[in-house]
Amino acid sequence: MSYQRFSALFPKKEMMGFIVLAIILAVVLPLSLDIFRLNLVGKYLTYAFVAVGLVLCWGYGGILSLGQGVFFGLGGYAMAMFLKLEASDPESTKIQSTPGIPDFMDWNQLTELPFFWEPFHSFGFTIAAIILLPCIFGYIVGVAMFKRRVGGVYFAIITQALAAILTILIIGQQGYTGGVNGMTDLRTLHGYDIRTDSAKYLFYFVCVFMLFVCLFVAQFIRKSKLGRLLVAMRDKEDRVRFSGYDVANFKIFVFCIGGVFAAIGGAMFTLQVGFMSPTLVGIVPSIEMVIFCAVGGRLSIIGAVYGALIVNAAKTSFSESFPELWLFAMGGLFIAVVMAFPNGLAGLYNTYAAPKVDAFFAKLFTKKPAVATTAPPPAITPSVSKPVVTKTETPVIPQGAIHE
Amino acid sequence: MFAEYSTSELLSIFAMQGVAGLILFSVFVLMALGLAIIFGQMGVINMAHGEFMILGAYVTYLTSQVFSTYLPELFSIYFILAMILAFIVAAALGALVEWGMIRHLYNRPLDTLLATWGLSLILQQLYRTVFGAREVGVTLPDWLMGSYQLTDSIELPVNGLFVMTLAIGISLAVAILMYRSRWGTQVRAVVQNRAMAGAVGINTAKVDRITFALGCGIAGVAGSAFTMIGSTGPTSGQLYIVDTFLVVVFGGASSLLGTIASAFTISQAQSTMEFFMSGSMSKVLTLLFVVFILMLRPQGLFTLKVRR
Amino acid sequence: MSSNTDFVLAVEGLTVSFDGFKAVNDLTFYVDENEIRVIIGPNGAGKTTVLDLICGRTKATDGSIKFRNRELTKLREHEIVKAGVGRKFQNPSIYGDLTVFENLEISFPRGRSVFGALAFKRDEEVISKVHEVANMIFLGDQLDRQAELLSHGQKQWLEIGMLLMQDPDLLMLDEPVAGMSVGERQQTAELLRSIIKDRSVIVIEHDMQFVAQIADKVTVLHQGKILAEGSVDKVKNDPKVIEVYLGH
Repeated sequence: MSYQRFSALFPKKEMMGFIVLAIILAVVLPLSLDIFRLNLVGKYLTYAFVAVGLVLCWGYGGILSLGQGVFFGLGGYAMAMFLKLEASDPESTKIQSTPGIPDFMDWNQLTELPFFWEPFHSFGFTIAAIILLPCIFGYIVGVAMFKRRVGGVYFAIITQALAAILTILIIGQQGYTGGVNGMTDLRTLHGYDIRTDSAKYLFYFVCVFMLFVCLFVAQFIRKSKLGRLLVAMRDKEDRVRFSGYDVANFKIFVFCIGGVFAAIGGAMFTLQVGFMSPTLVGIVPSIEMVIFCAVGGRLSIIGAVYGALIVNAAKTSFSESFPELWLFAMGGLFIAVVMAFPNGLAGLYNTYAAPKVDAFFAKLFTKKPAVATTAPPPAITPSVSKPVVTKTETPVIPQGAIHE
Repeated sequence: MFAEYSTSELLSIFAMQGVAGLILFSVFVLMALGLAIIFGQMGVINMAHGEFMILGAYVTYLTSQVFSTYLPELFSIYFILAMILAFIVAAALGALVEWGMIRHLYNRPLDTLLATWGLSLILQQLYRTVFGAREVGVTLPDWLMGSYQLTDSIELPVNGLFVMTLAIGISLAVAILMYRSRWGTQVRAVVQNRAMAGAVGINTAKVDRITFALGCGIAGVAGSAFTMIGSTGPTSGQLYIVDTFLVVVFGGASSLLGTIASAFTISQAQSTMEFFMSGSMSKVLTLLFVVFILMLRPQGLFTLKVRR
Repeated sequence: MSSNTDFVLAVEGLTVSFDGFKAVNDLTFYVDENEIRVIIGPNGAGKTTVLDLICGRTKATDGSIKFRNRELTKLREHEIVKAGVGRKFQNPSIYGDLTVFENLEISFPRGRSVFGALAFKRDEEVISKVHEVANMIFLGDQLDRQAELLSHGQKQWLEIGMLLMQDPDLLMLDEPVAGMSVGERQQTAELLRSIIKDRSVIVIEHDMQFVAQIADKVTVLHQGKILAEGSVDKVKNDPKVIEVYLGH
């Protein structure tokens, strides 16, 4: 990527947001938290994947999916199936009446591995499934709904029904899925014990890395014409259609991307927490994922990460000390975020904190003219004039630095 | 799957499951009517609808407690009073919610959905705090117990019959209200064209509030009826909300007749299949069927092709 | 069903019914190369429905619409646009959250597929085209402005500009001067005169003075059927037209 395209993708202010988030996640938290708490943060971050996807679907595209848990579950269960098979080798399951199959199948009188489990012996297949399953599923649902112009609340209700269907199915077919308990007792990944502290550290960093991969993809989409088209469609769908675009395709695309993000999150959840269960798939978790996104700010991908972290951290600490207050707080949050601050934390930051931060930085770099405070929206300036401006403003940051 | 049954056995199975389905149908209709009024007429998604229903159930429970303690001689008719109270309490809360929340969100349907979900969480926790997490049930007066024996294999439970009668009665009342009363005309005028309705002197804010309150009140009555066939817990309402929404959407949001027909289809399909496979699979199949039909006909079963 | 013609647009036997109500009933008319056709008629005559039918927003019950001998009734909306038909809506339909530049850019006919849009680059060609169009629609100095903040008249112009970016062979305008001040009307008439070179235009309009300024030929619709067709003067003096529409 040339320098010019890079600075178009990451204008200075947004770049700072990415760097600050990277420092917090990759340096500050690992240094200040013990492994138990860090593992919890890792778990919260898996929801951030979903929230970032929702920013694209809902914030930009105006498509509210109340079934993101389905995608989270697809990724999580795919990973769990692989790990479960590895934990169910004939040696360690020899006390079962059929050794070599997962324990819950044995309890449900299954005598051989169902055919759709077979490919999950392969790690390569599992990784491919985590990416492709949500794409395929998202594509089918997307084509069926968006090509027929189902949208808005109808789409929300139907995706919610899908989440309900999947949960009922998983619980009902316990011989194939582990039922209501989910898939537990996952042990190793290629012989590497996932329950040790060192594994938890490793997976935390893998999770942070993957989150930044998703954030970069999301940022690329936001900054492309596709991002602007999504905003345009949210506003005047017909105008976009009569400007020569097949609107449904764009919605399908962004719905699939959101699904893939959620599935990666689900897979990271299984790896870090060590189990997967239908309670993470259904209606309630799916709609909670929307609130992570809304609290962060439905138009901010960075905000979505903070939203997921803060709401989940609050949930944990509330549930530890005042479990009965948590639902009140959560319910209040839903109402407040809709009625009082619809742009979430990012909106609050932009209104109240950003001017002060800008002033601070302007003072810090006084030798340069304080352009930053009144920087014009860069998206509009014709790109010919851009490199001249940005070269003097952007601190030189090696691209690799933000990955870690 | 029919092979192992004889024809007469199959017939009575269908009849039996049909009766069970009719009771499910009544619950669906009672819940869906309120929802259809609110969603179909106002375009508002009320995710807390189940909690309004449960509110009616708890009011009924409290009334039955009061009667059995203080007025045991009048116990056989407490139910009538309970239903009226359930309606009033749920409608009053509905009016309050409309005033405090919904009216600020009329042109943001997805946000209404999230806000009312928040309300439903708060109400659930409130019920848990006040009434405890355990499910409560009411004692039915004698005349509602027992059943009529129709044939050797088919019997009709009296409470089920009563709920069905109630469902039919309320449907009729709502239909008359919507299509024969002046208020119904006003509501439909506001739905068609809010600005114009306002311009000809209809107080649209008041119509909205009454509509929302009425929908919630009917949910309260539904909850009251619900206590006669099942027990009530803080989260009972949530179990039905998705099904009910599908009923409303399936029927075509603005058509009362459609709502009733779709409640009938869905409840019968589910209860008939329930006999032949596990409850969860029949529910999965029913929901999938509804989702599939909605994909073929997104506007629902009973909507007219209109000029845009 | 119908044979090929030399017309840009050939509408034959077009009918659409909504639950038995025929909003457009057996309509036949032809539009020539570089012709400006104005459709007038009382409210509910089916004027907007005709535009909806041509651009695919409403599906015809019966009949055919041929654009350069290509049947449009079978095509989907975006395919009709790609064939060269552009349409402006009655109420200004612009993207309020985007800037004027971005509004115009979206209508630039390149990168219309999902991956095309991802790969779309804002190069010299796009930028100069946007500037050119913006100057034509009197918004040359407003490019960085959020479109929501424009006045009603400016929004109408912006939508016309979006269509110019698209460069259609057949341009359909639904009441382009509705809600405009007298000055804006004058400017719009000039704008329309300058953009209708080298293309055919269908305009729906009520303002008879404006109609007389621009029309080559006028079609009067009444209850989904053609009441009269011809030059402005001919139509103006038609007793049937005076009775149902122009009044006394």
